Order: sequence, then structure tokens, then C-alpha cells
Amino acid sequence: MTSGTEQGGGPGAGDVFVNAGTREVPRIAETSEGAQEMDLRPATDPAELRREVGAVLRLPEGTVLNTGDIDIERRDDETMIINMGPQHPSTHGVLRLMLELDGETVLRTKPVIGYLHTGMEKQGEELTYVQGSTNVTRMDYLSPLNNELVFSLATEALLGVEVPPRAVWIRMLMSELQRVSSHLMWMATNGMDLGSTSMMIYGFREREMVLAFFEKTTGLRMNNNYIRPGGVAADLPDGWQDDVEVICETVLARSFEYDELLTGQPIFRDRTEGVGNITAEEALALSVTGPILRSTGVPWDLRRAMPYLAYDELDFDVIVGTYGDNFDRYSIRLNEIRESIRIIRQVAERMPPGDYRLQDAKVTPPPRARIDESMEALIHHFKVFTEGFKVPEGEVYVAIESPRGELGCYLVSDGSSKPYRLHIRGPSFVNLQAIPLLLRGGLVADAVAIISSVDPVMGEVDR
Amino acid sequence: MSGPDAAVDAAAPTADAPAPAAPSGVLPGVPRSGGPLVDEIAFPDRAHYVELVRGYRDAGFELCADLCVVDYLSHPGRSLPEGVGAERFEVVVNLVSLSEKRRVRVRVQVPESEPVLASLIDVYPGVDAMEREGFDLLGVRFEGHPDLTRILMPEDWEGHPLRKDYGVGRVPVQFKQAPGPR
Repeated sequence: MTSGTEQGGGPGAGDVFVNAGTREVPRIAETSEGAQEMDLRPATDPAELRREVGAVLRLPEGTVLNTGDIDIERRDDETMIINMGPQHPSTHGVLRLMLELDGETVLRTKPVIGYLHTGMEKQGEELTYVQGSTNVTRMDYLSPLNNELVFSLATEALLGVEVPPRAVWIRMLMSELQRVSSHLMWMATNGMDLGSTSMMIYGFREREMVLAFFEKTTGLRMNNNYIRPGGVAADLPDGWQDDVEVICETVLARSFEYDELLTGQPIFRDRTEGVGNITAEEALALSVTGPILRSTGVPWDLRRAMPYLAYDELDFDVIVGTYGDNFDRYSIRLNEIRESIRIIRQVAERMPPGDYRLQDAKVTPPPRARIDESMEALIHHFKVFTEGFKVPEGEVYVAIESPRGELGCYLVSDGSSKPYRLHIRGPSFVNLQAIPLLLRGGLVADAVAIISSVDPVMGEVDR
Repeated sequence: MSGPDAAVDAAAPTADAPAPAAPSGVLPGVPRSGGPLVDEIAFPDRAHYVELVRGYRDAGFELCADLCVVDYLSHPGRSLPEGVGAERFEVVVNLVSLSEKRRVRVRVQVPESEPVLASLIDVYPGVDAMEREGFDLLGVRFEGHPDLTRILMPEDWEGHPLRKDYGVGRVPVQFKQAPGPR
């Protein structure tokens, strides 16, 4: 980093502002443009107001909405702006929504985020590739293994190495188990948001089975740091087939119980059917991916469309909806649990033997036993964990299908052992843009159901 | 990987990519064994950036998957195709064609002296949050964005944290209304 040379001068009182004053060319982008919050109508620019009332940012001409046509005439005393969050229990973390209401009807919405921002992309530049997966795993804390997977795939793409087949299949197994646990967690919280408390207990109960298997395999329930560049951290434990089969059997059988509990329930259907509609054009224009995009009938699943790992060798269905409402998103997630179980069973059956990680001393540490007998192994071990491995210069974008949508990793290497730039395209971050559109014209009581159906994970939104 | 070795073919862009005017190259996508395709990469200049992206959208790239900014301050010697002058900032846009199952990456250079780039919001409304993030963390202004405010950092934050010359550990923790030292 060149901060020392660029700053100039000592750390005095005026040194708080980065580079201010020492530069010949003034920084025009040094300060903020203004408030992130939503303003009252008189204080809002008409164009901005139209955009917010339309809740869609100028969709391509003619597709959905012409912002010029939106009627923004309204007397101010009829509406009020209320604040929902960041401590609201149904916002799944620290999401803050500013809602403009007319009675119970939502007119405008603005998500305000950043309450969980911890600078993980900046931190990723300070950690080596070996340490990097401990950082990215904390972003989407409900599917940490997927975060590690995308980071590892990006690193391997830059390195130009191929991991052994067993590592690939272990990764698929863990990724799908993670999808099951993540969707179970969603079923639980969604049930809670809609008043179905039993569903919450059931969802957490089944998720715990998956997490127990993760603990057995990786040593941790969450933030596993299990999938690493070069393979996975450890082989599957003895008897893993039995554990996995028990999970598959139990969760599959119980998924039909959930179906019975929720799908046929009139209150649940009333609160989900026709609530929070979005069309395929709107979803694509807003870059929305994952179950929300599939709920509009677009069969876009990266596991099928752009296969990574060995998903092209597996037999599974991409679940799509029709109406793009809350109910479609619910049924997509419920059925994806079943599809994931289908995949897990195939993976368990076809798990190839062999190494669970690359045996390249420059990328992965040598086995513990070799360190006692080989000086070289000791050196390699030391090197990997102190300075890491060097990655050739280049840039790559790798995307996988996380439970929430396209999880991308844009990695730039300058040839050193630390990423020059690590950017994670969090699906929750992008999907949040759909919330103003989904909420528009609905009731404020439905807001809770809609936020839940978008399934944002704030750790990933704010990174 | 893709950058240094791939042949630069500025004169003949791929069939469905719009012919970009002026100094911009398109690195064609090449298949790589055991992994995803190396994406096609286009290098427009700032003047033709929106036009090129709009051309891609009309050619069937329905989804703008990602937009991010990279600060190349401490890595100026990166490999770029001929005719593309390296600048401090680079805005990287990842587009997806759902029908063709193809990705393309647009990398546009933005100079330090004038960190301004036209917004893509008229082409892909979904870049709203991504451009705000690019402004917030790296200080690139997207002209034409209707609401270019900070998105992750507090409104009164000074500086742009993901810039390479941002003093890590030198900026005091800022609490609004915190009583000063007596």
C-alpha cells in the first residue's frame, strides 16, 4: 500500500481527512451527496419522487412503467413516513426501511442499509488467499460454505489449477447441504413472520441436523472455513453416508409435513398468494436473481445454465414459478429443498475416491505426518501459512448459485499472495432493490411477509 | 489467464457485439478446461461506454449481474490490450445473456483527475445500488444517477474506504454526537 508515501506530513490534527490538502488536484468526490433517507414530498425532487413512487428505476422504455406518467400529486397531510427497522425483528437483521404510508397502503419505500458494514472487501485485500476464506465465509452467514466455494473457485481460476474429483464432489455435497439448511432457515423465519410459530421450531430443528453434520465434518457449525483454495480442509468423516442419508430421509419426509402445514392453510395462502408480485421483465431489469427471478417463470439457475463443479453430471430440476408472488417463492424454496436432497443422494452414491485436496505443496499445506519426516514439507507448511502462495496476475469473475441467487466473486491479482481487489456480488444486496417495487401499493402488514420472501441476509448486503 | 496471452482483436469484434468505435478492444472469450468460460472482455473508452453496454443489452444481454470499481493505484502496470491507456480507476461491469448462457465483462478506465463516468441506470436500472456502492467506497461519480448517495458508509463519512490510499487505521471511529475529549 502506498498510504505512507501519499499522505505526506506527520499524523497531525489536520491529517484526519485522507489526503486532503496535500493533493494538487482537488478531489471532487470527497464528500457525500446527501442523505440516504427518504424525504417528505415537498423536499423531494419531482423526478426522484416519481422514481420512488414508481418504485422502479426507469425500466427500459415501454416495458413496464413510464416514470413521467406516474401521478405524484398528493396533499402532504394524507401521508406519513414511518421507519421500520433497523431493530425491527422481521427485517432479518439490521435492514431499515422507510415507508411512506397512506393509511395502511405503502406508497414509497426506501431501504437504508449499511448498519452491518464491516469492510470485508477491504479486509480481503489485507489477508492472503489462504486466510481469505475465513473472511468471505462471514458474509452470507446462512450459507457460509457457498461463499467459501465462490472465493476458492475464483482463486483456482486465477491459479489455473484443477482440484481432484473427490474435492469437487465433496464441495457439491456440502454446497447442497448448505442450500437445504439455508432454505430450512428461511422456512423457519418466514413461518415466524407469518405467525406460524410451529414452522419456526420445525425449521430450526431440521437445520440443526445439517449443522451437526457440518460440525462433525468441518469442526464448526457455521463459518466453517472448510472449502479452501485447492480443495477442502478435511476428508469426510467415517460413516458420512449414513449421516447424510438420515438427513435426506428426515428432511424429505418432513418437507411433506411442512407442505401440509402451510400450503393448505387458508391464512398462509391469503397472506402469500398475490402478494408482492413481480414480473420477469422487472426482475431482470433490477438484476434480481435466485428464487425471486425463478418465481417469475425464468428458469435461470447457474447450476444448470452455466454449470460449475460437476453439476452438469447430475440429474435435477430447476423449479420455476408462474406469478412471481410470495407463494411462488415459498413453493420454489420448499421444492428446492427436495431437489437438493435429490442431488445429495446422487453425490453420496457417486462420490469418487481419491484426494480431497490438491497435493501441490505450493498451494495446499502438506499432510501433518509428512512434516515430521521431511524438511521440505515443513518449509512448505511454514510458507503456506505465513506468506501464502502467489497467484498470477489477472482478474476473474466467477459466479455460483447460492440459495439467494447469483453469488459472484470478482478477484483481481497483482501477482502477490494477497488479492489486489476482492469484490463479492452478494445476491441479497442486489435483490434488496426489488423491495420498493414489491411493496408498492400493498398493505404495510404485507411488508413483513414480502421482506421475508426476498430472504435478505444482512451480512451479505452490507459486507 | 485471459489478459496477457489472449490475442487482441480490436478490428473485428465478435459477431453480436456492437462494433465499438474508437480505441476499445474486445478480448474474445475462450473455453478453459474444467471450469467456466473465460468471459469475453470489452474495453470501451469513457465516451463510448454507455453506447457499448446498450448495444450489448440490445444484443440479448438481459441481466447486468455486477458492477464494481477497482482502484489500480498501487498496481499501475497491469496488462491491458493495445490502445487502452491504464488509468487509476476501472469500472467493471458483468453482463449476462440468459438466452445464450454467456457472460461479457466491460472494463472501462476512469482517470484519477476526473473520476466521473456516465451512469448505466437508463440501460440497466438494477445498477442503482451497485453504482451507489462504487461511489461510496471508491469515489467514482456516476453521472446521471438520480440518487448518488452513500449506501454502506454513514453520510458524513470522509473519504472512500476502498481506495488504496485510504489510511487504514488512521481514521478515528466516528460516532455522531459523541462528546469530545475534555
